Amino acid sequence: MNKLITIPEAEKGLPSVRTDLGLLQWISSVDHKQLGIMYLLTALLFFVAGGTEVMLMRIQLMVPNNTFLSPEAYNQLFTMHGTTMIFLVLMPTLIGLGVYMVPLMIGANDMAFPRLNAFSLWMTLFGGLILYFSFLDGGAPNAGWFNYVPLSNSNFSSSKGVDYYCIGLILTGIGTVTGALNFVVTILTMRAPGMKMTYMPIFVWMMLITAFLILGAFPALNAGLSMLLIDRQLHAHFFSPSSGSPILWQHLFWAFGHPEVYILALPPFGILSEVVPVFSRQPIFGYRFLVGSGIAIALLAFGVWAHHMFATGLGNPVNGFFALGSVLIGIPTGIKVFSWALTMYGGSIRFNTAMLFATSFIVEFTIGGLSGMSFALVPLDWQLTDTYYVVAHIHYVFLGGTLYSVFAGLFYWFPKITGRKLSEKLGRIFFGMFFVGFNLTFILQHILGVLGMTRRVYTYPDLPHFGALNMASSIGAFLMGASMLVLFWNIWTSLRKGEKAGDNPWNAWTLEWYTSSPPDPKNFEAVPPVRSARPLWDMKHPENPDWKHHH
Amino acid sequence: MDSFFNPASPGSEAIHHLFVQFLWIAGFVFLLVTGLVLYFSHRFRATPGDDREPRPLHGNRKLEIGILATVTGIMGIYLYLALQTMVSVQAAPAEGQQPDLVIIGHQWWWEARYPTSGAVAANEIHIPAGKKLLLEVSSADVIHDWWVPALGRKMDVFPGRKNQVWMEANEPGTYQGVCSEFCGAQHAWMRINVIAHSPEEFADWEQQQLKKAIVPQVSLAQQGADLFADKPCASCHRIEGTAAQADIGPNLTHLGSRKTLLSGMMDNTQENLKRWLAHPQKVKPGAHMPDFLFTDEELSALVAYLGSLK
Repeated sequence: MNKLITIPEAEKGLPSVRTDLGLLQWISSVDHKQLGIMYLLTALLFFVAGGTEVMLMRIQLMVPNNTFLSPEAYNQLFTMHGTTMIFLVLMPTLIGLGVYMVPLMIGANDMAFPRLNAFSLWMTLFGGLILYFSFLDGGAPNAGWFNYVPLSNSNFSSSKGVDYYCIGLILTGIGTVTGALNFVVTILTMRAPGMKMTYMPIFVWMMLITAFLILGAFPALNAGLSMLLIDRQLHAHFFSPSSGSPILWQHLFWAFGHPEVYILALPPFGILSEVVPVFSRQPIFGYRFLVGSGIAIALLAFGVWAHHMFATGLGNPVNGFFALGSVLIGIPTGIKVFSWALTMYGGSIRFNTAMLFATSFIVEFTIGGLSGMSFALVPLDWQLTDTYYVVAHIHYVFLGGTLYSVFAGLFYWFPKITGRKLSEKLGRIFFGMFFVGFNLTFILQHILGVLGMTRRVYTYPDLPHFGALNMASSIGAFLMGASMLVLFWNIWTSLRKGEKAGDNPWNAWTLEWYTSSPPDPKNFEAVPPVRSARPLWDMKHPENPDWKHHH
Repeated sequence: MDSFFNPASPGSEAIHHLFVQFLWIAGFVFLLVTGLVLYFSHRFRATPGDDREPRPLHGNRKLEIGILATVTGIMGIYLYLALQTMVSVQAAPAEGQQPDLVIIGHQWWWEARYPTSGAVAANEIHIPAGKKLLLEVSSADVIHDWWVPALGRKMDVFPGRKNQVWMEANEPGTYQGVCSEFCGAQHAWMRINVIAHSPEEFADWEQQQLKKAIVPQVSLAQQGADLFADKPCASCHRIEGTAAQADIGPNLTHLGSRKTLLSGMMDNTQENLKRWLAHPQKVKPGAHMPDFLFTDEELSALVAYLGSLK
């Protein structure tokens, strides 16, 4: 009875992040490069989910009066598709690229707050997982990604989906805000000696501006989400039509939502401003105009939100004010497009996959920007908003813009991250399939919108051209889906057997290409002197360095 | 359906005109950018194996300022055109002007009230052609959006708020529209039919709508009327001249005179009506009409009665 049990000695030590390089090491990592990769993997996970959702939607829409999906299932899928792609795919992709690249590009060995960096990642991932848990607990949110009240309030959306939406997005939002803070401090305080603000790579500039946008915009969203959660769970009346205001939600949401568009557009502008010069073998055209227009966009971005609300009956004076803001923001955006095109002038352009995506971006994003103008011109918005025209527009911006730039950046930086190049042959096949599939899917949706097909419909009547255009659009979507398999295969095989890259396979000019590929845990022992925006050019071309041309 | 490319009203015509102007300018910008990209891609393309470094160009301040000026000019033209059209399409109504037509959005159907005559209709909205009508739109539940592309701009339909919008049909005819703000499970089937008549025809229609419901003469329809009174139908619907006086669902006083059922979802035929009454949740899942488990005889009687309500 009283015999004591001897506790055995441990035969093996506890796993240690210093000696074990397995899963535990990744999970406990505070290294910006590992965190950057985990951001990208998080985005990939949710990209597969969001992509699967839209494939199901495009099957449903192939023919009129289809019954493949129930209305409720369709409404959950389109809500989750939009929410996923914006908050859990594009955001973590761009932030992940930033987390990986910004310290390398400014000659730092890590972010300013490495633990906070890890916190930001895990908040994003777990917020996303909580959102997806809704599928197992009575149904996903079903009121659209902008989740208008009263439809999203508990009397019209009684499943728990919208509660998961609020909680999931608040959590990822906290991670995003802390990440933004980290970028601001890192970029302002940790640049290599000699790197003035005006010598920073434009991608770093764009991440800095984006970080300020996040700090300004996300509090409005998180406030709105908290108020909605209180309305739903504690029966408060923030958004109730009788004693609160449904339109207040729209103001809060779009005060976040339109800056969000630029949060998803400025980092891509930065990527373009790295890729186009390197493969054109010319410095960027109009560095100061590009940076200045980025700042102008960020400031104006907070004065355009009500152009999402032109049809709510705000009255002509208010509409006129926001039309002015929206037209003004077209000016810096237009300047950027011409700057990239003119960077190619006088170059020696190398059309590999990264450059194919980058040049196509210029054209596709121009289409998205111009179709966006039709929502700044108030009366056109009064016909076209909430139709497939706006669906086409946002996809030209977020795919033709953001995603094209991500693919350009992926082919550009993959050698740095992994030490191996992606296959050019598979890359070109992927580009061709994606380009055709993308344009087929979305150019036709402009016409569908003009013909009167509204967005967010689980089916549509058999009106003239509706069936044929939707069928073609679905075929394009399936082609895009298939092209992603080619990309995944390319990544999978290139990781193992891809051509060894070396430190600087593209003969590029910014500091991330000075260190080894992949970089050592400590990024740099030393960096070359930084006297211009292209320190590696200056190093290799002492006879004609950039700093001699500064005015 | 008629898009705003087939405008049938001055408002829609103005927006169509603006869209064409917009397209010309946008087309010019698109061709300019695409042309530059394609020309440079061709002209400055490196041949394979060519590793030369071209002489670096360090910007061109005059060109940069020229681009700024050009883009600003284009945006200025856009803004001018937009504001001009905006003011013409959405002129403020006179102080205290009463609406000609009150539209109330419901999940998932439209109620139309004619304040001057007191007539009430659902989903098929009749108007006189050639008259500029002031609509007052509001919602009984969530946000909807009133959109008949050929007859004018769209306008959001809010609960607890009255928005005003102009609508006009130049010629008699039928114009399709649809709810344009996501409003829940059956947003897809919240379609609109606006039927514009000559003023005389419209007056006749309005008089017909003001009549009480026909008292059924055939025995099957009489059974249907009794069933309608006995079953819970009257707790949501109104049939003038009977005890059914609720306004939660559509007014059925003249259901038989409508061309379509369920907000333009299907033709108004006996088969469709029967299918709907038998299993509402199969025909329009999510609709706020429960499944009453009617027997086949009850269904035939109800269909005979409701179909007779011309």
